[in-house]
Order: sequence, then structure tokens, then C-alpha cells
Amino acid sequence: MEEDTDSRKINSSFLRDHNYATEADIISTVEFNHTGELLATGDKGGRVVIFQREQESKNQPHRRGEYNVYSTFQSHEPEFDYLKSLEIEEKINKIRWLPQQNAAYFLLSTNDKTVKLWKVSERGRRPEGYNLKDDDGRIRDPSTITMLRVPVLQPMDLMVEATPRRVFSNAHTYHINSISVNSDYETYMSADDLRINLWNLEITNRSFNIVDIKPANMEELTEVITAAEFHPNQCNTFVYSSSKGTIRLCDMRAAALCDKHSKFFEEPEDPSNRSFFSEIISSISDVKFSHSGRYMMTRDYLTVKVWDLNMESRPLETYQVHDYLRSKLCSLYENDCIFDKFECVWNGSDSVIMTGSYNNFFRMFDRNTKRDVTLEASRENSKPRAILKPRKVCVGGKRRKDEISVDSLDFSKKILHSAWHPSENIIAVAATNNLYIFQDKVN
Amino acid sequence: MSKMAGADGDDSLYPIAVLIDELRNEDVQLRLNSIKKLSTIALALGVERTRTELLPFLTDTIYDEDEVLLALAEQLGSFTVQCVFFFFVNLEYLDKAVESLRKISHEHSPEDLEAHFEPLVKRLASGDWFTSRTSACGLFSVCYPRVSKSTKSEIRQHFRTLCSDDTPMVRRAAASKLGEFAKVLELEYVKSDLIPLFAALASDEQDSVRLLAVEACVSIAQLLPQEDLEKLVMPTLRQATEDKSWRVRYMVADKFSELQKAVGPEITENDLVPSFQNLLKDCEAEVRAAAANKVKEFCENLPADSRETIIMNSILPCVKELVSDTNQHVKSALASVIMGLSTILGKDNTIEHLLPLFLAQLKDECPEVRLNIISNLDCVNEVIGIRQLSQSLLPAIVELAEDAKWRVRLAIIEYMPLLAGQLGMEFFDEKLNSLCMAWLVDHVYAIREAATCNLMKLVERFGASWAQSTIVPKVLGMASDPNYLHRMTTLFCISALSEACGQEITTKQMLPIVLKMSEDQVANVRFNVAKSLQKIGPVLENSALQAEVRPVLEKLATDQDMDVKYFAQEAMTGMYLF
Repeated sequence: MEEDTDSRKINSSFLRDHNYATEADIISTVEFNHTGELLATGDKGGRVVIFQREQESKNQPHRRGEYNVYSTFQSHEPEFDYLKSLEIEEKINKIRWLPQQNAAYFLLSTNDKTVKLWKVSERGRRPEGYNLKDDDGRIRDPSTITMLRVPVLQPMDLMVEATPRRVFSNAHTYHINSISVNSDYETYMSADDLRINLWNLEITNRSFNIVDIKPANMEELTEVITAAEFHPNQCNTFVYSSSKGTIRLCDMRAAALCDKHSKFFEEPEDPSNRSFFSEIISSISDVKFSHSGRYMMTRDYLTVKVWDLNMESRPLETYQVHDYLRSKLCSLYENDCIFDKFECVWNGSDSVIMTGSYNNFFRMFDRNTKRDVTLEASRENSKPRAILKPRKVCVGGKRRKDEISVDSLDFSKKILHSAWHPSENIIAVAATNNLYIFQDKVN
Repeated sequence: MSKMAGADGDDSLYPIAVLIDELRNEDVQLRLNSIKKLSTIALALGVERTRTELLPFLTDTIYDEDEVLLALAEQLGSFTVQCVFFFFVNLEYLDKAVESLRKISHEHSPEDLEAHFEPLVKRLASGDWFTSRTSACGLFSVCYPRVSKSTKSEIRQHFRTLCSDDTPMVRRAAASKLGEFAKVLELEYVKSDLIPLFAALASDEQDSVRLLAVEACVSIAQLLPQEDLEKLVMPTLRQATEDKSWRVRYMVADKFSELQKAVGPEITENDLVPSFQNLLKDCEAEVRAAAANKVKEFCENLPADSRETIIMNSILPCVKELVSDTNQHVKSALASVIMGLSTILGKDNTIEHLLPLFLAQLKDECPEVRLNIISNLDCVNEVIGIRQLSQSLLPAIVELAEDAKWRVRLAIIEYMPLLAGQLGMEFFDEKLNSLCMAWLVDHVYAIREAATCNLMKLVERFGASWAQSTIVPKVLGMASDPNYLHRMTTLFCISALSEACGQEITTKQMLPIVLKMSEDQVANVRFNVAKSLQKIGPVLENSALQAEVRPVLEKLATDQDMDVKYFAQEAMTGMYLF
């Protein structure tokens, strides 16, 4: 990065009081909109909170746009599937913004089973003046009405309303893990463990199945779909990743059912690293195209990989996120942490990638300089405008003063979700039930 | 609205005052009601106040419910153009608003169009939000015909710009309106301006834009003279037929008959026939199915002199392949049209070439394929008579009649009257009668019901004496079945058949059975007796009603069971037997 990574600083953080922290507050997804003006978060309680960037003002030039709460609404409620006697969680798995088409904002939010299209719009005026009532609310005598009065719109405190515009339901047997909007702005896809469906944003009662990897005999099931995304500008291309560490690129032009892939990306296994847990840690938890559309990035348990779409045999670059965990896989399996699904993000220019780790650490890798840094999102660092200090994990032997040893890492504090502003160096990091927003230091 | 007292108030204002206030009522239905009476409000306020007060107020209803916005957009038709512009910036239901605007455009004089309509369209076409640019596309064709030459040139320029807009939505809107716009354009401009745009949209990077260009192809081809088609339209069409995206090829297949009519016989023979063959052999099943659906129409519209040759040499070989396609939807689509080819090809060719195909599809593993063949037998009957098929027909029908899926059984029952008509009474009695009776005792109620209805239609076709000798005895025999559901079926049948069978059969054979069942152990049977009696009452003579029916109903009216009592009383009231 141009500016020193050390100059990352806290801009604002939205910390919920730990004492009253509930499971419902755990943030499950974070997403900037296409301009970066809005930032949406979803949580385990089915709520969506949208933050809006303050307009820069002349009298406070050093306070570059901070993010303030813009709207909060309940997107999904817990449900019960009577047929299978199963609870359907209200947790928001993913939020994706639609490109802006008028003064209102639109986003898709999904839980395990249902995708919803929400419209978020502002109301800054309210009608004043009745015909049948006085201004103080008393009913008027009809005989005193001598002329008609049209209500006049008067300014009022800004109200932001969220209304559900479409509900896309009943299309998934398994849990939805991804949604992705197509560059044609007309369709989007939703992916669950075994199937991917294509929807038209206007039509809620029909969707087309484009990938189905369910075997005829469920006992032959060996892999599931873990993530899926549309190409940023090719309307016919999408990728999906699997629990076996493979990525398939499909072309919707070739066939109606895209079970046959066009490209198959898999890195051959390094025999020296083989262990009982090899397959589990190779499971890809996230896949993201670069903004340019030339590359894609995948996250598995220990690494982040950048692939060139033209080369299927192996990744272009591999970055170790927390290789010191390789010797701890057994205990991580026992406490289920080995199944944690970390996401990864590109910066606007595709030069830096970021992903989360444990102990509220997150890692950034500069693809050009090959430098990387580990930072921490925590209350101790959260004095506004404080500069973050890089952190380091000590892998053995003598531990330096401000290093932390592997065994002291807090595995309950994991950063699974984060987002990077589309054009500026502003990042949003979700640490359990807290949201941190960092940006580059302003000189 | 009640009239109110008082000399000072203007009575007629009150209802309008209420409407205005209800425009912002909490209750959606009240708001909706007011919006639907918008023209009444506007009339009361007058033009000036409507424009300066009412409309600015209404623009804020963008936050409202879907239904209210839709109603609002529909009302726009009664407002002048200037007023309408207010809504465009924020409304989501622009397509409805555009529809309204299109309707009112011919109420405007050419001067009005120039002065107000066209500037509106211009503003929309250069709007910031792509929704306004999209809506502009829908308005070009309505104002173009009546404006001045220079304005026309401007409009064409706007359209050109929108065809290469950044956002796919706008390009899609432009592509979908291309045909309509071409229709109002002068021919020279179609050739000079529109054709390049058409070619560009047909090569757009977005699949969704290219497939809309295929639709425009039909309109454009219809407008151009024959000699220009080869140069101006065919290259684009050929490109679409070989497009990498199956959805574009599907669109071509779907529009194939229209394309055929538009390009004329010569181009059809040289270009479209090979294209059609390729579509029938396409690697994507959806495309093959769409093409298969068009086989009959395509063949029908071939020029008379070369029709038979083309079909026998080019189309039939592909069709033969499709009969054994791996995809059931393809076979099903084919089955629904393939019989129609017999009328085109005539007796000899049908027997030699088509008959084997029909027979093969009649034995297909997919029930829908078999059903589609059976439902189209009348075409074949005309040409070669049904006998040729009847050998294979019967096993096919029997298999469908006994299919495990009840919906398949239901479908074949529905064809039974038609088949009976075509196959004749003898064949039916011999082979199909037992099937019809078996359906009466099917496990699934919907089948029993359909079977009852089927019997009724058969009696209507074959007559009362046939009924008396073949089916009435069997139906009445079910009255002593140990299963109460079957006994009830007897009653339903009697109700359905009495009218067609006539008074004598009903009175002499059916009525005694019904009356006997009034003593049935099961209450459901007893109350259905009451219902049946009510149904067959009109067919019976009054003496029978008084002497035989009435006493039984009176007895049922004192039955222990509440429902039996109720239906007995209803029957008596309904037949005036009290």
C-alpha cells in the first residue's frame, strides 16, 4: 500500500456493551454498497443495520466522513419448518447491494432459506393540513368547510424507512450460503449446499436451477458447495467453490443446467503436508472475483490464494494467514474451530487482500510489495484516531514483550466477516458483536 | 355520504374534502380508494390548483405501498403531460406510467407534442437515473409520427445514444422497443439509422440484450422489402442462430414461425431450413424442445411446391432423431405436434414414415409423451383412420390408465370421451369399458370423480339404450359393495347419469336402488341419498316424487344423524315436497 500500513487508525467503532452482549448481536455479514457511501451489517438476530458516511464538511476538514447509523430494521424472523420439524434461523447469512437506480437504495438479504429484497428510502417531509380537522386535531363542523385544502408537505426530521419489496422463498432445501447479483442487473443467484438457483429480481414465484450436485444416492455425497459468485462484468460466468478445495467456473451460455464446468481449479496436494485434517482444511470458505475480473481469491482454513482465471492448475499466489495453527489442528478440530468459515476481501484496486483470524486479529497482504501485516480489532485499541500497532504471534521459543503466544490466542474471538470500501482505504471489520471501521491516517 | 345540515357549507365539497384527507390515511384501502378517484379531486380543484398543489403533494407518495403506486400510475392518463413529469423522477412503476403516457399521447395535438411531450421525453432520455432513460425508450414511438422533421431527427439521435448506454437495463429497454420504433420510422431511416443499431444490439456483450434483438428481427424483417433482407437482416439472424448463448438460440427457435413468415419463401428455403435443422440438433435440450414445438407450423408454412421435398429430405430425418432424444421435454414437445404432419404429408407418406414414429412415441417411457400422442389422434384419424394405430393404442391406454401417478390417470380419463368417439362404440365396449368401471373404484377421490363425469359424457355420446345395457347394471351393482365409498360412488353416478338416461331408466332402475340405500348403515351414504334424490328429482314424474321419494325423505328428516336430517330437509325444500 502507498501509505504505511501502520497508519491504520480507528475512525469509529460501534461497540455493544460486553456485559449485555447477546447471541443475537453477533454480526454475521458486512457489506459496503457500490459507492461506499453505505455500509450494511446483518446479525444473528435477523437485523440489518445500515451506516451512512457523513458528507465531508468544510468546517471540519480533518473529520473525514465518519459512518453513522442510517437505518435499522428486522429483516428476517425465526421460522419453523413444520414438515421437517426444524427451526429456521433468522441469522442473516449474506447481504448484497443492488446498483442504485433512483433516490432509494436496494439490497438483498438472506437467511438459510429465504432471500428478501429491501428498499431503503428517505422521507424528509410530512403532509400538513386536513380538511375535516383543525390544525390541533379537532373535527371541524362540515358546514364550515367552504373551500378545499390540499395538504402541504413540510420538512420534518429525516426518517429512513425500510420496506420489503420482494420475498424469494421456497427454493432451497438446504442452507443458503451465498447470493450474488449479476452484471445484467436483472438476475441474481442463490446457492445452498447442493444447488444453485437463478432468479429474476422481479419474479418471486419462479427460479431456475442452474447447478445441482446432489447425487442420486445421498450416501455417495462427498462434497458440498461452499460459496458462489457471479463474474463482475461477464454476465454469463460464475464460480462456485466446494468443501474439497476445488473451484468450478461455469458458463451459463453453454447449457441450461451448468453441472458441467468450463474450468476446474484445484491445487495439487503437497504430500509433505498431508494429515488427517487435510481435507477439512482445504474446504474453501469464501471465493471472490477481483474488481478487474481477471483474478479470483479463495480462502481455506489456513491460507488465502489468488488465482488467475486463465490458469487452472495452481494458484498464482498463496498467502499464509496463520500457519502456526497447523500443529494445533487436533485441538481446533475438537473445539470445532477448524470448521470456521472465514471470508476474504479485495481492496478497490485489487492490490491488497484482507482476511480475518483469531484473537480478533486480521491480516492484510500487499500483492505488489509482498508485505503483510497483522492488526487487532479490540477495545484497547479503540480510542478514536489512535493508530493501530501491528501484532505478532510468537510461534515458539522466546516470546518478545508485545508478542502473543499461540496458546494464548483467544479462539472465541474470530474475525470471519469484513469489507473494504470500493475505492478508498476504509475497512469494516466485524469482531463478534462489534463493528470496527478503520481508515488510513489523514495527513 | 350523508347530506349535512347547515346553510353555510357547500354540500358538494364535503365528499371531495373526505377524499383529499384520505389520501394520507393510515389505512391502505382508503388511500387506494382516493387515488382511484383522483380525477374527481382534480376536477374539483381545477387545473391550476391540481398542478401547483395536488401533484407536488402526490409526489411524496413514493414511500407508499405497491398497490397505491400502481393505482397512481394508472391515473396519470387523465392528466396533462406537464403534470406527469413530476412523477418520473421517483416512481418505481415507470412502466405503468409510461403506458398511461402512451395512451394520452394521441389526445395531444402535434403542437402539444412538440411543446411538451417531446421535451419530457428528452429530459427522461438524459436523466441521471437509468430508470428514467429506460422509460424514455417506451415513449419514442408514440411521439415520433406527428412531430416536426427537426424534432424527429433529435428523437432518432436520443435513441441512438440509448442503444449504447452504459447500463444493460437501458440497452435492454432500447432493444425491446426497437421493433416498435422501426414501425413508425420512415423506411430510409430504418435502413440508415436503425439497422446499424440493430446489428450492434445483436452483438451486445450481455446475453439479455442480444436475445431481445432477436425479437426485433421479426419486426424489422416485416418492414423491409424482400431484396434488402438478405443484406440487412440475414447476417444478424444467422449470427443469432449460432450464438454462444443457448438463450439467444432459444429465442430464435421460439420466434421461428414469425421469422419464416417475415423473410418469405426463398430465404426460408435457402437459409431457414438449414438453421431449423441446426436448432433441432442443438446441444441444449431447451433449444431442441423450442424448435420441436415449431415443427408443424414450420412445415405448414413452407411454400406449397417444395413443401413435401423439404420435409422428406430435411425435416423428417431430424424429427426421427428427436423421437429418441435423451430429454423428455424434447420428446414431449415433439409428441404434441408430430401428428399434425400427417395432414401435410398425406396418406402414403404418413403410413410409411410417420406411423412408425407415432408408434414409437406411444411406447415411450415418459407418460407425458404418450399422452400428447393420444390427445392428437384426430389428425391421424382424418388421414389414415385409426385402425392402424389401435393395436398399439390399447396397451398404451391401459398402461396410462393404471399409472402409479394419479395425475397421469386423470389425464387419460379426460381423453376417454374423445377416444370413444373416434374409436367407436364396438371398440369401446370390447376394450375400454372395463377400464372406465375400474376407475370408479380408484383409491383417489379425484379419479372417482373424473370417472363419474366421464361416464356422463359417454352416455351423452352413445345414448341411453347403450347406457342401459352396458353401464347401468354395473353401476347399480356397486350399491351393495362392502366399501361405503363405492356405494357413495353409485349415488354420484346416478346423480350424474339420470338426465342423460332419461325418465324411464331413472324411475324404473335407478330410483329403487337409491331409495334402498336410505337405510344404509353409514350416515354419509344416507345423506348422499338425500342429495341424489334432489338431483334426480327433476327427471322423475310427480307421482313418483309424491309416492316414493317423499316418504323416504320424511324418514331421513328424522334420522339420528344431524347431517342426514339437514340434507333431507334441504332436499324437501328444494323439491317443494314440504
